Amino acid sequence: MQTHQAKRVEITIEAIMQSRLTEALMKAGVTGFTVLPVLGGSGRSGAWTRAGEIGRASGMVQVICIIRPSKLDKLLEAAFDVVERHIGVVTIVDCEVLRAERF
Amino acid sequence: MEQILSLAANNLLSPIILSFALGLAASLARSDLSVPEAAAKALSIYLLFAIGFKGGVSVSAHGIDAKLGLTLLAGIILSAALPLIAFALLKVMTSLNRLDAAAVAAHYGSISIVTFVAATSVLESSGIASEGYMVAVAAAMEAPAILSALWLISRGGGDGQRMDSDLWREILLNGSIVLLVGSFFIGWATGEEGLEEISSFIVAPFKGVLCLFLLDMGLVAGRGLRERSDVLRPGVLAFGVLMPVIGSLCGLGAGLLLGLSSGGVALMMVLSASASYIAVPAAMRVALPEANPSIYLTLSLGVTFPFNLTLGIPLYVALATAMTGA
Repeated sequence: MQTHQAKRVEITIEAIMQSRLTEALMKAGVTGFTVLPVLGGSGRSGAWTRAGEIGRASGMVQVICIIRPSKLDKLLEAAFDVVERHIGVVTIVDCEVLRAERF
Repeated sequence: MEQILSLAANNLLSPIILSFALGLAASLARSDLSVPEAAAKALSIYLLFAIGFKGGVSVSAHGIDAKLGLTLLAGIILSAALPLIAFALLKVMTSLNRLDAAAVAAHYGSISIVTFVAATSVLESSGIASEGYMVAVAAAMEAPAILSALWLISRGGGDGQRMDSDLWREILLNGSIVLLVGSFFIGWATGEEGLEEISSFIVAPFKGVLCLFLLDMGLVAGRGLRERSDVLRPGVLAFGVLMPVIGSLCGLGAGLLLGLSSGGVALMMVLSASASYIAVPAAMRVALPEANPSIYLTLSLGVTFPFNLTLGIPLYVALATAMTGA
């Protein structure tokens, strides 16, 4: 089956910044994304878990978007403006998709 | 003094405090006991709705007096002024940098709605009446402290200008405020009849739900203390206990000046003494992301919240009743 090269960008960021990030991504031409809750983890700010939390200050989410390689730089610039001063991780991996016109 | 000790002893042995202690102990002992995030949020929605609704019913039953506007104004002024006191105290007592000190100070100007809910429960158990509109005062005291903290930062030449329209909306329309104020107006509009219709849901189970919620708060507080206790240097720790006492005295002065009932004065003290751990931490993560969240979250939830819950509330209630002669 014919597949097409794409980039999968995973941005793990504070939950409070989610809407700011996704708005910036849309403005940068991203046509779709998926938001996943993060159960917990550990990093430079110490360990944390979602269990029992009622506020949004200590939660994290992961925003995943799959895009054409040509859109990557614009996406990263938009994402960096939002995540620069915040806790988070941005990773990029190569992937393949079946329907290139959707990205 | 005897009254304070008696109230404190009764409070410490109440199911509410013992539930919090259970959560705290379980967390510190590394038990796997946990309350799922969704369940904790559901419990908090229930408590906010119930406390707002009952406040509205009380206003509906007793009517509005001229003190409402003045009490709201006093709450806003206290919320804006307390961070300035907290900031000055932090500069004297701790070695926190300006950014961390301002972020911590914001928490102490704003309020902890759970402490407020626990205090209303203690007042109800003691048969002490309070003004129903104190719920609205609690909502009004959430945000001004954030502005004071940002002003403290900008005054020191720091970057405190990240107040965009989204942040304003998140602060002023955060879920807790909308639910509290909304249910207050529903209670006000529907009055005693409305309360009768749903009392089996929002009155009878209230304390049981509060116990479960405080169990969760104990678990979260214990986890914070266990994993981030290194930020609690002696000066910071002492601030976490001293500031609520100072705040409560400011609340006492305001309550007495306004001529509130003994319950109203006690609640004003509780609001001024408590530190936010829902609205302000979220605002600080957006506006002052470089400030260390471990410090303000651990201090607010791990030190000041347990202090207010166990010793503070009975102390404030006893002082309020003594000063109002009730």
